[in-house]
Amino acid sequence: MINVYDILETIRMIQDDCLDIRTITMGISLLDCIDSDIDKACEKVYEKITTKAKGLVKVGEQIEKELGIPIINKRISVTPIAIISAACKGSPVKFAHAMDKAAKTVGVNLIGGYSALVPKGFSAGDVELIKSIPEALATTERVCSSVNIGSTKTGINLDAVKMMGGIIRECAEKTVDQACFGAAKLVVFCNAVEDNPFMAGAFHGVGEPDCMINVGVSGPGVVRAALKKYPDADITGIADVIKEISYKITRVGQLVGTIASERLGVPFGIVDLSLAPTPAVGDSVAHILEEIGLEKCGTHGTTACLAMLNDAVKKGGVMACSRIGGLSGAFIPVSEDAGMIAAAKSGALCIEKLEAMTAVCSVGLDMIVVPGDTPADTLSAIIADEAAIGMVNCKTTAVRVIPAIGKDVGEELDWGGLFGCGPVMPLKKESASKFINRGGQIPAPLHSLKN
Amino acid sequence: MRAVVTVIGKDTVGILAKVSTKCAELNANVEEVTQSVLQELFAMIMVVDISKLTSDFATLSDSLTALGDELGVKVHVMHEDIFNCMHHI
Repeated sequence: MINVYDILETIRMIQDDCLDIRTITMGISLLDCIDSDIDKACEKVYEKITTKAKGLVKVGEQIEKELGIPIINKRISVTPIAIISAACKGSPVKFAHAMDKAAKTVGVNLIGGYSALVPKGFSAGDVELIKSIPEALATTERVCSSVNIGSTKTGINLDAVKMMGGIIRECAEKTVDQACFGAAKLVVFCNAVEDNPFMAGAFHGVGEPDCMINVGVSGPGVVRAALKKYPDADITGIADVIKEISYKITRVGQLVGTIASERLGVPFGIVDLSLAPTPAVGDSVAHILEEIGLEKCGTHGTTACLAMLNDAVKKGGVMACSRIGGLSGAFIPVSEDAGMIAAAKSGALCIEKLEAMTAVCSVGLDMIVVPGDTPADTLSAIIADEAAIGMVNCKTTAVRVIPAIGKDVGEELDWGGLFGCGPVMPLKKESASKFINRGGQIPAPLHSLKN
Repeated sequence: MRAVVTVIGKDTVGILAKVSTKCAELNANVEEVTQSVLQELFAMIMVVDISKLTSDFATLSDSLTALGDELGVKVHVMHEDIFNCMHHI
């Protein structure tokens, strides 16, 4: 018989400690939808998405019921639209509308891939798509966008970095009535991955098969609850506890992905070994760090604790599933994590510390609200800094900051739900305009003489 | 193919009988039962064979959960796969 204690442990993890599967994301290639007539292309995009993902939500709900574990999101990622829209004339926003309509038809809450990949320069369609992002995000509900502006192999496209600062501001300005939410649906990447199941940065890379199921797991609450039982363990012991619990969490991700892939008749891609927080009580990555022994997340010692946590999550998860991918690591979005929100409000957590934290974990400066009067060039400089960390350390980094138009430090933006609320965090006032406006390409870094 | 039914709550007369009757109605065969009452807290874990169910899994799960609500106890019905995958290599 299955051990009684194991059964009760699983139920407790789900009921009391917020264990859930964060997302089942179906990646769909749109390469066969390319057409020189934009309306025809959009029609094909709509048809392909609604055909492939027809059963996604239903199957997700079935699995949820059978295994008794919540599957929070069912989502779709598609081929970066700049590749599809390059062949046709007219505003690429039409593609965003087709994606939005398809997402609503199949019942997924977000669809990612209104994206461009420009780490080494712009090809046909890229500039038009990037310029259309603010309008696309303001006039759609479920579409998410991302732009890859650099990589370890190519260096950083500073022209694109400059552009993205302005685009982020415009996204916020165009959606002031929705608490600047447009900017929360846009991610700027360095070393973007092709199989990421997490929004807003998910897109379906051109190296991926036609259709694929990827799964993102979650469970910060479970990790914290497990650590609570070992108040006096040394840090090696703590790492071991995290590995054990991470194994269990990831096994469920593997199971859910396997079942979903069978029922949908779509190959199973990867499990993203992640700790993804939500603003709910008991579902915070910051609280894990505090459980390890920090008075407040963001204080000295945070980077070390996070590095250990992130590494242990991966080590535990790696044996639990067949294939690993995506962003894999602990996420540290500020507005989506009750502990991060509290730490930011108290002043213990500042943007400089968050930047250091992103050097040792997934993914980047995420869901950070900045003053509404922040100049575009300053946003670009934040992107450049973060991209440099990713480029040099051979890891994915990202920036998702939201300028709170009309607001300043001391105020906050509140979106509710999974996106949470974030206090406006202070930035440096000194300008980086001259650097940003130089343009060009930051050359790719050397990979020997490491220091 | 088996499911694990757990029932946790305040002890009252006939919980086991009512839960197993409901399982029988849907042709879920009870294979194993572990039950204990500690300080009036009733905890039962039942393993049922669901390969010959006359309904789908959702109906079994919904009707047992509804029965639990009637009896004032918490009922979970989960496929055995989730426990096997989590606790066995």
